[in-house]
Amino acid sequence: MSELNLSEVRLSELQQRIINRYQKGFPLVEQPYVEIAEQLAVSEQQVIEAIEELHRYQALSRVGAVFDHKKAGASTLAAMAVPEQQLDKIAAIVNQFEQVNHNYEREHDYNLWFVVTASDLLALNRVLEQIELLTGLPILVLPMEASYHIDLGFTIDFASTNSTATVNKVGH
Amino acid sequence: MSLSINLATSKQKKTQVTIFPALNAEQQAKLRGLLEQGLPTCSRPYLALARKIGLAESPFIEQQVIEQIKLWQQQGLIRRFGLVVKHRKLGFNANAMVVWNIADTAVDGIAKQLSQCPEVSLCYRRPRRLPDWPYNLFCMIHGIERAKVISQLQAITERLNLSHIEKNVLFSTRAFKQQGARYG
Repeated sequence: MSELNLSEVRLSELQQRIINRYQKGFPLVEQPYVEIAEQLAVSEQQVIEAIEELHRYQALSRVGAVFDHKKAGASTLAAMAVPEQQLDKIAAIVNQFEQVNHNYEREHDYNLWFVVTASDLLALNRVLEQIELLTGLPILVLPMEASYHIDLGFTIDFASTNSTATVNKVGH
Repeated sequence: MSLSINLATSKQKKTQVTIFPALNAEQQAKLRGLLEQGLPTCSRPYLALARKIGLAESPFIEQQVIEQIKLWQQQGLIRRFGLVVKHRKLGFNANAMVVWNIADTAVDGIAKQLSQCPEVSLCYRRPRRLPDWPYNLFCMIHGIERAKVISQLQAITERLNLSHIEKNVLFSTRAFKQQGARYG
């Protein structure tokens, strides 16, 4: 397989294999990079360099744990309808809160969408109130009531060309 | 007498389970914070974490960390453990949040069907906020091209007979922030 030039980063075959194999079930052994190396028939150093390069590309949020939001604390999706000319300023205010871990612009009157996560409901509500106070805008608070499908990572169909690459769920 | 002792010893050896000291609350909180930031890329990352959270040096501090992570996995506190990818950097820029206004009596059944679709990566029920927000089911479709995501959604809508249901598609246009959750 040749190197694949995606829109922003260029991934080696080893990086593609690491991404598709270790979004879950990362080895819990003393030398996890050695175990990955053995499974992929490369050296530990190659694995470490491949992952470090993914970090430099900013293609990885982290190699670590995804906690269950409900068990690990309180969280909610939130949205605000922000006048277009104020969007950068308001987004920056929202970003200041370390409890905000995703913040996107979307195409709708409700154009700013973010996720707030805190240790408990009280702390969560305090953050939401502070954001409303600082921005002067009301927040649409949309906590999860039921989850039908949880994030298990995704398999990237690297064999396809750019335009036909698809996302498939892992583990189904 | 000596025979029975020997038997007991050999049996004990076979079933021997090493119990490592559990982490205290403060160490657990620190470890959770570090796992949300990510493993270091050194040869023995769990040893590095064990030292960072202040475990007293011993031959098994690395195992204490590993066992704690396994326990959290068993308890369901950790949903998955591995690479957390920033899909935008991998070219997945067409990120559609599809929101539906589905009758309360039908929402669970339709949600289960939608979550079976391979294109749907997340599917959640959330409260309506009337009159501004009538939608109670959210699903995400991540793709590389907007046109393809739209045609995938059309195909799903037709296949599941959902054409009569009010919906809206909110593509994301910019990511201001994308990072792991912090619970501190």
